Amino acid sequence: MVSLRVYIVRRVLLAIPTILILLTIVFLVMRVAGDPVAAILGAHAPQEEIERIREELGLNKPLYVQYFDYIWQLFHLNLGRSLIWGQRPVLVEILEHFPATLELSIFAFIVSIIIGIFTGAYSAQKYNKPVDHMFRIYGIITYSLFIPWFGLILQLIFGVYLGWLPTGGRIDPLMEPKHITGLYVLDSILTFNIPSLISSIKHLILPSITLGIYLSGIFTRLTRSNMLEVLRKDFITAARARGLPEGTVIYKHALKNAFIPILTMMGLQFALLLAGAVLTETTFSWPGMGTFLTERIFYRDYTTVQGTIVFFAILVVSVSLIVDLLYAYIDPRIRY
Amino acid sequence: MSPSSLKLKLFNFVKKASPTRGVEYLLTWIGFSIVALIIFSAIFAPYVAPYDPTKRVGDLLESPNTRFIMGTDGLGRDIFSRVIWGSRTVLYITFLSIAITLICGIPLGLLAGYVGGAVDSILSLIMDAMYAFPGLILAIAIAAALGPSEITVAIAIAVIYIPTYFRMVRGQVLSLRESLFVEAARAIGAKDRTIIFKYIFPNVITSIPIVLSLNAADAVLTEAALSFLGLGPIVPPTPDWGFDLRMGQVYLAAKIWWPSTFPGLMIVLLTLGFSLLGEGISEILNPRLRR
Amino acid sequence: MSKTILEIKGLKVYYYTRDGVVRAVDNVDFFMKKGETIGLVGESGSGKSTLGFSIIKLIPPPGKIVDGKIVFDGIDLIKLNEKEMRKIRGKRISMVFQDPMTSLNPLMKIGDHLVETIMAHEEVTREEAEERAFALLKEVGIMPDRFHDYPHQFSGGMRQRVMIALALALNPDIVIADEPTSSLDVIVQFQILDLMKRLKEQFNVGMIFISHDISVVAEVSDKIALMYAGQIVEFADAISFFEKHLHPYAELLLQSVPNIQLSDQKLKYIPGMPPDLLHPPSGCRFHPRCPFANSICKEKEPPLIEIEKGHLVKCFRHK
Repeated sequence: MVSLRVYIVRRVLLAIPTILILLTIVFLVMRVAGDPVAAILGAHAPQEEIERIREELGLNKPLYVQYFDYIWQLFHLNLGRSLIWGQRPVLVEILEHFPATLELSIFAFIVSIIIGIFTGAYSAQKYNKPVDHMFRIYGIITYSLFIPWFGLILQLIFGVYLGWLPTGGRIDPLMEPKHITGLYVLDSILTFNIPSLISSIKHLILPSITLGIYLSGIFTRLTRSNMLEVLRKDFITAARARGLPEGTVIYKHALKNAFIPILTMMGLQFALLLAGAVLTETTFSWPGMGTFLTERIFYRDYTTVQGTIVFFAILVVSVSLIVDLLYAYIDPRIRY
Repeated sequence: MSPSSLKLKLFNFVKKASPTRGVEYLLTWIGFSIVALIIFSAIFAPYVAPYDPTKRVGDLLESPNTRFIMGTDGLGRDIFSRVIWGSRTVLYITFLSIAITLICGIPLGLLAGYVGGAVDSILSLIMDAMYAFPGLILAIAIAAALGPSEITVAIAIAVIYIPTYFRMVRGQVLSLRESLFVEAARAIGAKDRTIIFKYIFPNVITSIPIVLSLNAADAVLTEAALSFLGLGPIVPPTPDWGFDLRMGQVYLAAKIWWPSTFPGLMIVLLTLGFSLLGEGISEILNPRLRR
Repeated sequence: MSKTILEIKGLKVYYYTRDGVVRAVDNVDFFMKKGETIGLVGESGSGKSTLGFSIIKLIPPPGKIVDGKIVFDGIDLIKLNEKEMRKIRGKRISMVFQDPMTSLNPLMKIGDHLVETIMAHEEVTREEAEERAFALLKEVGIMPDRFHDYPHQFSGGMRQRVMIALALALNPDIVIADEPTSSLDVIVQFQILDLMKRLKEQFNVGMIFISHDISVVAEVSDKIALMYAGQIVEFADAISFFEKHLHPYAELLLQSVPNIQLSDQKLKYIPGMPPDLLHPPSGCRFHPRCPFANSICKEKEPPLIEIEKGHLVKCFRHK
């Protein structure tokens, strides 16, 4: 059993090869794409143009040199420049679109946790009763919901037919709050901008629920099965034998213990969250990294595409690292 | 578990899988029926579909009626026929991707588990890194890089699931490697290759069906997602569920819901079918948490 | 003359499993006086643990109390609802479990276990509860600086001390100890038994000491209740039991305990198989293994009769 400090160091060190591998994979995949320059400029561009751009991008160097350049640049937080529209630095463009995805992800995550954990815990309490079966089926169905379709149905019902909520976009035009963090809800609150707050929340509801429900299924099932396992443990019976109220037994003793694998799952779910966010954004015309990525693929802006995927990779590894550290903090047994 | 007790388990499985016992079996049967129905209609598409899916056969955007039970799309084509024919693409890609995954994932897992050492460490590190990365985004990258075609999409999807099989197989090999009957086999001088194929492989096989169904469910979703995002294998006018859903989006605001809803519904149904099948098989083979 | 604090009459606890009905406790009568220690002995599957759990009504499903009365200090516990039972559990009747590692919440400091229990039953501030917790830990021999440690940081014996502290925290009338020393090594067993004996006197608490190990039970008990196949087959005070073990099962049990002083022993054991509680033997449940079995033993179940004052036996040999 080691101290938290040692564990943190070890864990961070482990993250490094992981990132390197992912970066290498991205690099290799993008190189397989063939000559991007011809794709961008079109087949009829003059040879000198093609050569010039190739040289600019360093594509005429041998592969391993390109690789080292790539890693070296990343070290300096240089994700390259876009191949279209004035060649803005990729990193800058990503950071412009990132808050939108972040905001959607946070709200969707909250929705999924709340629905997932409480239905899971409740389901475990009512083991084998009809409610339990219902929630188990719920878990299976939510996972199969194709996000664009589910989002579409919600848009139809609440947007088109009932007209209660907007069907796309992030906020009504010209209503953006002053930019502090890029998260509209937060910025609206910080600047006391009520109309913006209302508008941004209204636009958040459908996409968050779509993505949130999709993710919640896994939490429901996981919470339920972990709770069932924990509820069988001796210390639960022992807690009851001490006359503790049932609420304390379930929500304090059982849930806390069941929670740890759920926390790990949350870390793993982050990857799913990102993937789901990409689909949700395209469905709801949400101007985040998902729409950004698909758009740039369409335009064959291959440096941006590469840069974006690299960004995703670093993001995922970082989040996984943070989750593991949190995990070690909460469960004192884990620090091997 | 010896090969003969494996046969016993299979026998019990088939015996038990009657639709009259318990929720699990019911769900499995529903899943199985859905998948079977869709496969059937894919194979017999020319006979099941009433119209040619690529030709205009009615007015544009007719709502569902007796002639076109799912209505017509923006080009006057019968949606029901498109949906039926669309299942071919989805199923083809799904099964192709699964085949690729199995061919790559299982041997690598066997190798890493059995050989161990540096090979194992390196492979595991790579697989773990891939496993943690969002599958869809990886698929998007690969599909974008390799260009749109059925094979490339299948490869893109296959890559996502290779780490899963790898881990599972490797884990099982690791635990089996030290088990008694493998030791016994070694003691009588069996070659490594024999040990792997005759003893370890059959045991590993039992846990595959469950992952397979879930893999299939995932593959359907990923294929649909890629098509939806415009990275799919499809060259219009070939019908494809994800692509059709996307094409139908523009009409939603006008309350014309059928061009998108029906293809999307099929995606959900097929995925659900595979999921239920997988759940059911898993419950039946390893019933968990009984009273 | 101390009064009877616990009286169980005709208790039946059955488990309704997929394979059938397991009659874990089948028509048991039992009584206990204030401050007494009763050793409940039996092999695994005899129903002794079930009996212990049924007193505080914590039988896990699919088990159910089917019949009988459990009268504690004048109250029939069977009639109480869960809310009322919770006032009794931990406060007036508490329990010490077999495996202290799994019986403590791994995520909770051991001090907090005590504080939580105290505050659940009494109106005290956190500081007061903590003070009491410190005192209790001292009583069981745990240094106060370990208050903030987690269960996995303790050894088995220390954890069991914590469990004992928890059981005594609110000065209960009865402590049910379910195999409290079975998961400990022999030396630690002694220490814990000593501790329990001392605390028993100090807190003036009655104890039901459940164990399969008759030599351990002999150390602490005033009275012995011997269980077999869900029934009590002999009940007597300890001295009487060890001198005049009347039931054949008791006889065989005591014979099978190896004696370290005799050299050249062959290990004696009880012949036959433990009974199948789904289909218990007809008549006297011990008859398949009993060297003295008669035809009547197969047909009719013997009643539990008081042979001498305070000594009851369930056997046709003694009338």
